[in-house]
Amino acid sequence: MSPAVLESKAAYDIIKERFGDAVSEFDANPTMPFFEVLDASRWVDIALYMRDNSLLQFNYLACLSGMDYPEEEKLGIVCNLECIGKYTHKLAVKVKCQRDGGSIPSVSCVWHTANWHEREAYDMYGMVFEDHPDLRRILCPEDWTGYPLRKDYKVQETYHGIKVPY
Amino acid sequence: MQELGKVESNSIRVTRQDDKRITIEKDLDTEHMVLSMGPQHPSTHGVLRLECITDGEVIVEAEPYLGYLHRCFEKHCENVDYPGIVPYTDRMDYLAGMNSELAYCLTVEKLLDIEIPRRVEFIRVITSELNRIASHLVAIGTYAIDLGAFTPFLFCFRDREHIMNLLEWISGARMLYNYIWIGGLAYDVPADFKKRVAEFVTYFRPKAVELYKLLTENEIFVKRTKGIGIMPADVAINFAWSGPMLRGSGVKWDLRRNDPYSVYPELDFEVPVPDGKFSDVGDCLSRHLVRALEMEESLKIIEQCLDKMPEEQGFDPRALIPKKIRPKAGEVYGRAENPRGELGYYIVSDGKSTKPVRCKARSSCFVNLAAMKDLSKGQLLPDLVAIIGSIDIVLGEVDR
Repeated sequence: MSPAVLESKAAYDIIKERFGDAVSEFDANPTMPFFEVLDASRWVDIALYMRDNSLLQFNYLACLSGMDYPEEEKLGIVCNLECIGKYTHKLAVKVKCQRDGGSIPSVSCVWHTANWHEREAYDMYGMVFEDHPDLRRILCPEDWTGYPLRKDYKVQETYHGIKVPY
Repeated sequence: MQELGKVESNSIRVTRQDDKRITIEKDLDTEHMVLSMGPQHPSTHGVLRLECITDGEVIVEAEPYLGYLHRCFEKHCENVDYPGIVPYTDRMDYLAGMNSELAYCLTVEKLLDIEIPRRVEFIRVITSELNRIASHLVAIGTYAIDLGAFTPFLFCFRDREHIMNLLEWISGARMLYNYIWIGGLAYDVPADFKKRVAEFVTYFRPKAVELYKLLTENEIFVKRTKGIGIMPADVAINFAWSGPMLRGSGVKWDLRRNDPYSVYPELDFEVPVPDGKFSDVGDCLSRHLVRALEMEESLKIIEQCLDKMPEEQGFDPRALIPKKIRPKAGEVYGRAENPRGELGYYIVSDGKSTKPVRCKARSSCFVNLAAMKDLSKGQLLPDLVAIIGSIDIVLGEVDR
């Protein structure tokens, strides 16, 4: 393992110790080490712990991306976290939910920046973020049909009488 | 004489009493008014609507509405191969195409695990630092014009033109370069490259000082920006701000230093952070100062790169590029320090296809703009223009 991955592993161990079975094993790939939150209902607790624990201090949510996993019948998010100021460790977290009508707890109360990222993930993939303060579409119009980045997305034929696929 | 009965309007109430006195009561309660700024507004470089709820001249809330430009970058990425995405990245932040390309190529190269020739690294850094100066010149010039100063705008665009000409001469395009490729460059720089870039550095250095003075010694400009739109450091980090916005709040965080890439670790430069002597830390003025001071640092970087760049006869920057780019299965989050902050790409490869399964762009403008609501609360309407200008948004990067 490279030094960067070892740092991520050390941070992961602290989380694993506290949350046990709610988180998966650590994936030590060199390009983006991550772990998955298996019990999505504890995601906000884990996020708060990651932000506030003095040994972790993941205060900077660099990126939150929506994902579609059609072979698992799931949707999910990937969060790239790191610490500004004290530590140099980085860690990615994955949270998944059911593909149809699934929901993930919102972490916009933990990191403000998650607000718009979650709105975008909702707009593109259609998972619901529980307790999000303002869950509306952000890039597509309010009355757009379907979620454009899903792998099985079919473009709507017309939008307000305008032909869509060109 | 007309009988004065009981007259009532929204805010004035006139009542005639029995003893023939008239009382006039004035209701000083104001109503909130909804005011749309945009979709087209000179201080937003692109299409953005701000729905402002105002109480007189004070902003109660300003909610940004995006999506007017949405050109589906991420959807396109699923349909073109890895090298095919490079021209799209140019079109996101069209004022800093080189930097966007660099961030994308660095990310894919992480997945590919290939060695980049040293000469290529230096050329990449030189072109992207030139582009950073050009981008900051637009930011400063248009910010000045937002606040009513016209001369700095002309100065900035005059100097930017030199960079545009240089980059056009190197890459063949003025703004959408497609010059930095995965694993190399489109072609080597022309002969005389070092000479002309060095000439530009000599030309621009006094101009940068002049420009800095022109605005910071302008009382109106300072009054319009000092103490306006203050963002404390911890909130800025919570909003995941990056680039000059975060540094304006006093956080010394620059990816070229804190998560170094390319040849930046070999180079000597400062990360300017306002100390609060001239501006209030975190206000519009300190964000402007960071940009103004960064240009000088970019000049330093360019000079050092020109010295260190290895000369190679008959150098082909495409020699080491694989014929078909097909990264091994995996995912990566790579990023670079753009003029507007951290530009990151989250890329997933399945190992079989030459197209990414997922390519998400984390753009700094999108993230920085998300704080608009908090930033504008309680500010005056004219100051809203100063605030949006200081964010230096390019809407192509917000909507992608």
